[in-house]
Amino acid sequence: MGQVKLITKYFETPGCEKLPVFESVGGYSRLRRIVEEEWTGEKIIATLKASSLRGLGGAGFPTGMKWGFVPKDAEPPKYLVVNADESEPGTFKDRHIIMRAPHLLIEGLTIAALAVGAHEVFVYIRGEYWEPYRVLKNALDEARKAGYVGDRIMGSGRSVHVTVHRGAGAYICGEETALLTSLEGYKGWPKLKPPFPAVKGLFRRPTLVNNVETLSYVPVVLDIGPEEFAKVGIERNGGARLFGVSGHVNRPGIYECALGTPMREVIYDLAGGIRGGKKLKAVIPGGSSCPVLTPAEIDVSLDFDSLAKLGSMLGSGGMIVMDEDTDLVKVLYRICKFYSNESCGQCTPCREGTGWMTRIMERVYRGNGTSQDLDNLVDIAEMIGGNTICPLGDAASLPVMSFIRKFRPEFEARLSRKYVPSGEIASPGAEGATR
Amino acid sequence: MSGGETKMVKTTIDGREYEFAEGATILEAARSVGIMIPHYCYHPGLSIAGACRMCLVEIEKIPKLQISCYMTVGEGMVVHTDTERVKRARKSILEFHLVNHPTDCPVCDQAGECGLQEYYMLHGLYTSRIRENKVRKTKKAFPVGPNIMLDQERCILCSRCVRFCREVSKSHELGMFKRGDREVIDTFSGRQVDNPYAGNVVDICPVGALTSRDSRFKTRSWYQQTAESVCPRCSRGCNIFIHYNIKRPWKNEGRKVVRLKPRFNAEVNKWWICDEGRFCFKYIDDPDRLSAPLRRVDGASETIDWPAALAIAAERMLAAASAQERDLAVLVSPQASNEELFLLKKVCDERLPGWRAAFSAATPFEPTEDDFLRRADKNPNTFGARALGLGEDKSMDLAQLKRAALEGRIGTLLVCYTDLTGLTGEAGQGWDAALEKVDTLIYLGHNDCATAQRADLVLPAATFAEREGTVTNFEGRIQLQRRAFDPAGESLPGWEILRRLGETLGGEYEFEGPEQVFQRLAETVPQLAGLSYESIGPAGCPVKK
Repeated sequence: MGQVKLITKYFETPGCEKLPVFESVGGYSRLRRIVEEEWTGEKIIATLKASSLRGLGGAGFPTGMKWGFVPKDAEPPKYLVVNADESEPGTFKDRHIIMRAPHLLIEGLTIAALAVGAHEVFVYIRGEYWEPYRVLKNALDEARKAGYVGDRIMGSGRSVHVTVHRGAGAYICGEETALLTSLEGYKGWPKLKPPFPAVKGLFRRPTLVNNVETLSYVPVVLDIGPEEFAKVGIERNGGARLFGVSGHVNRPGIYECALGTPMREVIYDLAGGIRGGKKLKAVIPGGSSCPVLTPAEIDVSLDFDSLAKLGSMLGSGGMIVMDEDTDLVKVLYRICKFYSNESCGQCTPCREGTGWMTRIMERVYRGNGTSQDLDNLVDIAEMIGGNTICPLGDAASLPVMSFIRKFRPEFEARLSRKYVPSGEIASPGAEGATR
Repeated sequence: MSGGETKMVKTTIDGREYEFAEGATILEAARSVGIMIPHYCYHPGLSIAGACRMCLVEIEKIPKLQISCYMTVGEGMVVHTDTERVKRARKSILEFHLVNHPTDCPVCDQAGECGLQEYYMLHGLYTSRIRENKVRKTKKAFPVGPNIMLDQERCILCSRCVRFCREVSKSHELGMFKRGDREVIDTFSGRQVDNPYAGNVVDICPVGALTSRDSRFKTRSWYQQTAESVCPRCSRGCNIFIHYNIKRPWKNEGRKVVRLKPRFNAEVNKWWICDEGRFCFKYIDDPDRLSAPLRRVDGASETIDWPAALAIAAERMLAAASAQERDLAVLVSPQASNEELFLLKKVCDERLPGWRAAFSAATPFEPTEDDFLRRADKNPNTFGARALGLGEDKSMDLAQLKRAALEGRIGTLLVCYTDLTGLTGEAGQGWDAALEKVDTLIYLGHNDCATAQRADLVLPAATFAEREGTVTNFEGRIQLQRRAFDPAGESLPGWEILRRLGETLGGEYEFEGPEQVFQRLAETVPQLAGLSYESIGPAGCPVKK
């Protein structure tokens, strides 16, 4: 367990965003093997299944199984959609991959398209990611000219066309069905499930939706072999993933670790521990929607199942570390603001509940709340969670429940002290205007 | 499955096992056995949005609560609609709906018909936990079309109106804008909700966000009474409710009819009506209603009583029918009910032999038509008139009648429900000269018009809302228009006028009411054989081909 160099080895190769450099370190050799050896979709999917690779966008669903859901006998068109709408606060891994190893993603998505029989691939990239978009477009042009994507790839009879689509800047468009709605040209609203995208996705056609990081691990799996990849991680959690460590650590950044690595090792060994020698106060393990952990919980193994047992989530791997000086009331208020701002507005509990929680949190943060407000917040969060069309409701409610339950004394202290940090918050009018 | 058979599945709801057709939603299945699951965004005529989350139910073996408008029944499925968990969820969902909803019930015109009020009384929390200011939205009582008012603050974003404009009227004027609790419905830039079916968005709005500019604040819903009827505006015969107010005559600017609303009929109009039909009722309460029989003497009209009016009519009609050179002609309109047409024909055939029937389907309305509800024939009863043999070869058409009048061959002309000079196009031209040549013009109708003003005798008739009668739509479906309230002034239902005219002419027409007229009609017309008011039923029934 610990740090590995499966994807990050490409990061450490200077100029790897350029095709010749990428090829010099084995780039596109996996795709070439699949094309030249005429691998069937079933064989690619079986290989993925054997690797135990899980979806690294946040949900952690077994990748090979997800690929297998796309009906292989369905008439074309079938689509592959790459979710590059990385918007979860605390998460920045996909940006690194696209910026520093875009060809790895292109190789992975081409293999995935061949596996499920998709001829059209759409990369839905976060609108704010202008520079990654530019890098990816350049890389795609190179790959197209070299025959890795486009018509009759590498001289074979198979074609994979790739289109990069920039989102207009809505967090919800990272949710796979909202992403598809947005890609179809509508307001980015999640769809009711079933049907699932694998059966009826983009334009009601079978569609595989995968995250950038997941697809970037596909060439790695084929490179080292699925069994070896699985052995990197632990049972049911194959391989490794990129952990984006941010917050009050000495060396924030991207660390690639085997699944199963203890969180303590990532924070204290790789990221250099808490800055200024201060004490750790709290960690959000996988993006702002994941329930917060206390210092007593950081010996948890970083894998999907262990964090679920602890009542939290591995999520996107965006680890937000907070030291003893952190104002958790303010943190939660900020998180609430984010989710209420980004709620798509489609279903009632999320639309109304997230805004309501934010306004209560604003009062609590200003020191004008009551203990009853804290109870109400937990109750409201409970009633949002699980009752919405998409997981944004859960994403908004889980932090509220976990922060208040685990750090209630801090919230109570804020209420009794009537404490308002000076200069940290503008007048109510100006604050309201930002929403 | 084969041969179109529906597969049935056994599903238990609230402890009782039922059989439902596979594919039915839990909400619909429950409703079919009398279990009402609250909902806002679900509407059977629209796609499923699943957005309001009010219809959450508990299904055994599924951890999360599920929306019953989307989940379908399944074999062996066990559904609970009334557990403590479900009740708690409903209370919470209602609470969420009310976080930003202004509780301006005392001034909201939806009061008494508001889904939020109704469900809150059943499922509400009663003690508000909401201390926050509500999110202010831009458009408070703002016209979004010629007939529609929008109040964004009251909107619960169920998206019914948006889906209606997208899926039913296919006019796409409305959209949902912004995110989170700032979200609003609004028109797309430069558009207004002015499609021919726009009024339906008011009907389907579960709260007071979309209201009708015509009827809002005219009278509270609990003062309104309701009659089931059939729209008289075209040959589709859409099923409607007449909402009228006679308890508070000083309300609604003195009008009795407050509004018309669609009444569900799967075979005719589903849940919808067009705006032409919806707003066609104004003439009922118009000040120009003919409220008493009139006769014209030396160019001035004077009120007379019914016996006198009918005596004059009988005498003039008989004289013309008996004359050698000059005929008695009757302009029959398919605006009339089957009962009226039947009696008219019967009286004339029996008491006025030699009468000449002229038949016209012309109206003053534009012949608007589309592939949804509106029909170019703007008469409710053309099919019924033809079933009675009116409009067949032996009848004159309008042009022939005009020519006959111009040639001085018409002695007495009875015009029913038609303002000849007000007809569209060529049909309305040249009547001044033609009517000049007629000795006696009798007008039977409900509103004053150029033809009525030229008439020597005016017989004031009830409107469709003031009499009972059947009409047969273009597809041959006979349907019943029920009487909502008494005829204006001294006007009488058309059948009653014709019955009395027949008696004045010396015949015996002892019908107690329109139902008895219809019984005789059903005995006479083969297509209606065996039918009665009872068998017609609230949804109407097809006549025999």
